[in-house]
Amino acid sequence: MSDLDLQNKKVAPFASSETIDGQIATLNLGPTHPATHGIFQNVLQIDGERILSAEQTIGYIHRAFEKLAEHRPYNQITPITDRLNYCSSPINNMGWHMTVEKLIGAEMPKRVDYMRVIVMELARIADHLVCNSVIGVDTGALTGFTYMFQEREKIYDIYEEICGARLTTNVGRIGGFDRDFNKTFITKLRTFLKEFPKNHDEFGSLLERNRIFMDRTIGAGPISAERALNYSFAGPNLRAAGVDYDVRVMKPYSSYEDFDFNIPVGNDGDTYDRFMVRQLEIKESLKIIHQALENLPEGDYHADIPSFYLPPKEEVYSSMEALIYHFKIVMGETPIPKGEVYHSVEGGNGELGYYLVSDGGRNPYRLHFRRPCFIYYQAYPEMIKGSLLSDAILTMSSMNVIAGELDA
Amino acid sequence: MEPLTTRASRVVNKEMTFGEKIYLPAIFSGMWITLKHFFKKNNTVSYPEEKRPVAPIYRGQHVLKRDDEGRERCTACGLCAVACPAEAITMVAAEREKGEESLYREEKYASTYEINMLRCIFCGLCEEACPKEAIFLTDRLVDAEFGRNEFIYGKEKLVEKTDQRIDVSQRQIWDNH
Repeated sequence: MSDLDLQNKKVAPFASSETIDGQIATLNLGPTHPATHGIFQNVLQIDGERILSAEQTIGYIHRAFEKLAEHRPYNQITPITDRLNYCSSPINNMGWHMTVEKLIGAEMPKRVDYMRVIVMELARIADHLVCNSVIGVDTGALTGFTYMFQEREKIYDIYEEICGARLTTNVGRIGGFDRDFNKTFITKLRTFLKEFPKNHDEFGSLLERNRIFMDRTIGAGPISAERALNYSFAGPNLRAAGVDYDVRVMKPYSSYEDFDFNIPVGNDGDTYDRFMVRQLEIKESLKIIHQALENLPEGDYHADIPSFYLPPKEEVYSSMEALIYHFKIVMGETPIPKGEVYHSVEGGNGELGYYLVSDGGRNPYRLHFRRPCFIYYQAYPEMIKGSLLSDAILTMSSMNVIAGELDA
Repeated sequence: MEPLTTRASRVVNKEMTFGEKIYLPAIFSGMWITLKHFFKKNNTVSYPEEKRPVAPIYRGQHVLKRDDEGRERCTACGLCAVACPAEAITMVAAEREKGEESLYREEKYASTYEINMLRCIFCGLCEEACPKEAIFLTDRLVDAEFGRNEFIYGKEKLVEKTDQRIDVSQRQIWDNH
C-alpha cells in the first residue's frame, strides 16, 4: 500500500474525508487503554480521526516463557502453555502434550484422541465467544456480551469437572488424561450441547443481520488474502480473507480426519468477515463435539507409556516398581530421545506451533512457540492505515490479539 | 485463490435485503430479545452470602492430610517441591524423636512446610507428585490478606485440624465410569 489511499478505503458515511487543517497529531493508543483488551501500545499519527500511520510496541507482558521452558522438565511446561492464549488454554496444553508425544514416538489410543477433540473444540467455542462478543462491545452492543459470557461460564464449568480449574486449566498429561470423563462431565456437556445452539443463535440474531452492526464492520480493517499469506496469517483471520487453510484439515492431528466438518471462509478479510467466520466455526465445532461424543470409543484414557505417564496412585503406594517410575517421572529423569520436532495445532486464533529441540536432557534445549497473535499484530499497522480511530479498536478486537500470546 | 480443500464453504453475505436496510425491524427484534431476558432466571451469584457449587476435584487451597490416627502423613521427601513449576513450596525435614509416634506417621517428617500462596499457580502438580497421600488441593479458596507475608502459609494453616477433617476421597477417584 502506498501512502494514504482514501479512495479505495471504505469511508464511514458520517466522517468527512478532507483533512481538517493539515495538523498531524501523535496519539498513544495504550499501553493501558480500556478499549485495547490487554497491554498493547500503538503510536498513531492521526489527522483528525483518520490514522496516517501506526507503530506498534510489544513486550509489555513478556514473561520469557521460552527461556523459562528451558529450565523446566517436560511435564512442568504445561502450566506455562496455559498462559499463552488464556481464552483457550486446553488447546495449548494438548498441543504441548502432542508435541512431546511426537518426540518420544508415543501412540495415543483412539479414546484419548476423541476426548482431546471434545475438550479442544469446547475451548475453541469459548475462545470465539470471547472474541465475537467483544466485537459487539466495541461496536457499542454490550448486551450480547453478557449473554455469551453466561455460555462461556458453562464451558468453564465443564472444564472444572475434568481438570479442577477454569481458566488456567493444565488439563491432561503427556500421554493422555489424568482422569476419565465422569458422569457429571457428560451430563453437563450434553446439557450444554442442547441449550447452547439456541442461545448462540439468539446472540447471532442480535448482530449478524443488523444494519447498524453491518455498516459499522463491513470494510473495517480489511486485509487481502495475498497480504495475509505474506504475513503468514493462519486461523480465522486468514479464512476470513478467503483462504481455506485449517490445520485440522491440512495436517490432521488427534484423529481430526475422522470428523466431518466444513471450513467457513469469508471474502474480503474485514471485521464482518472475521466475525462471521468465527460465528460459523462455533457451529462447526459443535458438530465435531457431537460426532466425537456419539462415537467416543471405549478404552483407556491414557497411553501405555510407563516411563512417561504416571502410574496409578494405588500402585505407587504399594509397588516398588511403580514408586520408582513415579519418582523418575516427577523429577524429570526419564530418558528423552534427542531430536527436534515441530507440531502445530489449530489454536483458538490460528496455527499454534511448538518447535522443540531436545538434547536428551531433562529440559528442552530450545522451545519455540509459534504464536498466531504475534503474527497478526505485525500486520496491524497496515490494516488500520487510513481508517478511523474507532475502526482501529474494532480491527484489534476482531483479530482477537491476546496479550498473553502476543508477548509469551 | 484456488481452494486448498474440498471443505470450504463461502458463507458471508454482505448484501442487505430491503427489510434489513430499514433499521427498524432489527432494532425491534433486538429490543424484544433483551426484554425477554428481564424475565429469565438471574445468572449471577451473590458471593459471599451465596457460593457457587464447585467440582469435587477443584484445585484450591492445599491441605496436608493426617492419617486415620491423626498422625501427619508428610515425610518431607521433597517431591512436591521438585514438581512445583512455580517454586512455591519449601520444607525442612526432621527426624522423629521418641515419644512423637502419635504425631508423625513415619520416622522423618517436615518440621517446617511452607507454601507461598502468591507464587502458587494451583496447577495441582504437587498433589499429583505426592507419594504419601499427604498433600491435596481442596475446594477452599485462599483468603485475602493485608500483608504479603501472611500469604506464606506454614504448617499451622496447611495441616488439617484433627477435629475438622477435610474429605478428599472424591479427588482420589481417578476412574469413575
